[in-house]
Amino acid sequence: MCLGVPGKIEKLFQEGNLKMGVVNFDGVTMPVCLETTPEAVVGDYVIVHAGFAISSLNETEALETLQLLKDLDEIQTKLDNK
Amino acid sequence: MDFKTEYRNKELVKKALDNLHQTITQHWVVMEICGGQTHAIMQYGLDKLLPSQLELVHGPGCPVCVTPLDLIDKAIYIASQPGVIFTSFGDMLRVPGSDRDLFSVRASGGDVRVVLSPLDAVKIARQNPDQQVVFFAIGFETTAPANATSVNQAKELGLHNYSLLVSQVRVPPAMHAILRGPQNRVQAFLGAGHVCAVMGYHEYDSISAQYHVPIVITGFEPLDLVRGILGAVRQLEVGNNLVENAYGRVVTKEGNLAAQKIIDTIYQPCDQQWRGIGLIPKSGWKLKEEFSEFDAEKRFALESIHTHESEICISGLILQGLKNPDECPVFGQICNPENPLGATMVSSEGTCAAYYRYKRNKVLTE
Repeated sequence: MCLGVPGKIEKLFQEGNLKMGVVNFDGVTMPVCLETTPEAVVGDYVIVHAGFAISSLNETEALETLQLLKDLDEIQTKLDNK
Repeated sequence: MDFKTEYRNKELVKKALDNLHQTITQHWVVMEICGGQTHAIMQYGLDKLLPSQLELVHGPGCPVCVTPLDLIDKAIYIASQPGVIFTSFGDMLRVPGSDRDLFSVRASGGDVRVVLSPLDAVKIARQNPDQQVVFFAIGFETTAPANATSVNQAKELGLHNYSLLVSQVRVPPAMHAILRGPQNRVQAFLGAGHVCAVMGYHEYDSISAQYHVPIVITGFEPLDLVRGILGAVRQLEVGNNLVENAYGRVVTKEGNLAAQKIIDTIYQPCDQQWRGIGLIPKSGWKLKEEFSEFDAEKRFALESIHTHESEICISGLILQGLKNPDECPVFGQICNPENPLGATMVSSEGTCAAYYRYKRNKVLTE
């Protein structure tokens, strides 16, 4: 239940009073409750646990992390200077 | 960007590992709290690529493993009652109770159903108004928003046949307990990324300061894991003890406020028993008094439960990071996923299950 991988929201729908979405995980789709990620829209990636989206992924942060890793020598210098 | 393949890039992982090998100068002990990370480390074979001076120990972050034995026995008792539909995440069905498991209840005719979400259990309750539907609400902070929302839903729908059997545990109090332990060797933590996605990481500042341990919030892809370990080792090497977020694409310092709000609405903190570890103060959540009608322990007149653990299993020591599965005399022999003696061999997040699954050759050749 805790091996959350990112899934992509394909469709939004309402079930009773709950905001829901159809989320695609590598080709497998499942209904997911989006009550705790109310800002999520179609095309966003979310982390899902126990049928609930707990976080929307932030692309800016994702790219920043990758850039830092691509330039590890720079990280080393920054940390050495701290 | 699909947020996965980029973090499985072989060249970047290799570069980060090379950097780790260049950085480390002495023996360090780092604990990954989360069982999902334990599995990912072994699945990708990262443990074989780490410097020999780095000792990774595996933490108690497997909710299935730490659910107390008496609650498993209560689940088995409730699931055996006529007129009950017992619903649970799949992992719980094979966890050994004192005498049997939930699978054996199902085999004897009990209505035990696997659900992926507690909202599915609420649906089952709506469809079966003449039966009592119980959901086994276990988990860390990651499952709490879902479990809490299901209670809210049941209340709004006016359901009187839905209840939770709750074992809801929290990570930061467990970190305190590990660091206070007289045998503790942990010098840095990889913080559990998805727990922090829900709760944020403001609680970690005081832990890192009080015990002088670096904490690096870490994700689950190979590059995330090496990045987390590298961050911890860099801090250890220069004597820092900071909280660092290496999983910024998912985690913010304040966490998911909407999720925290629903948790606070339904649950209140409580002292909690952890299987194999014991009582940890304020390490759990229980239903608030105003939601006690949804508490399965109150709804069902439970017989007094007499528990007894396996005398051989060392899962308690494994959950505290004091032993590894390959130090257990019965690991992979009389204890295996087909016949688990302890919960750590059952769960998809259990350390013994990870060792068995990914280090099978070693077991078979020894």
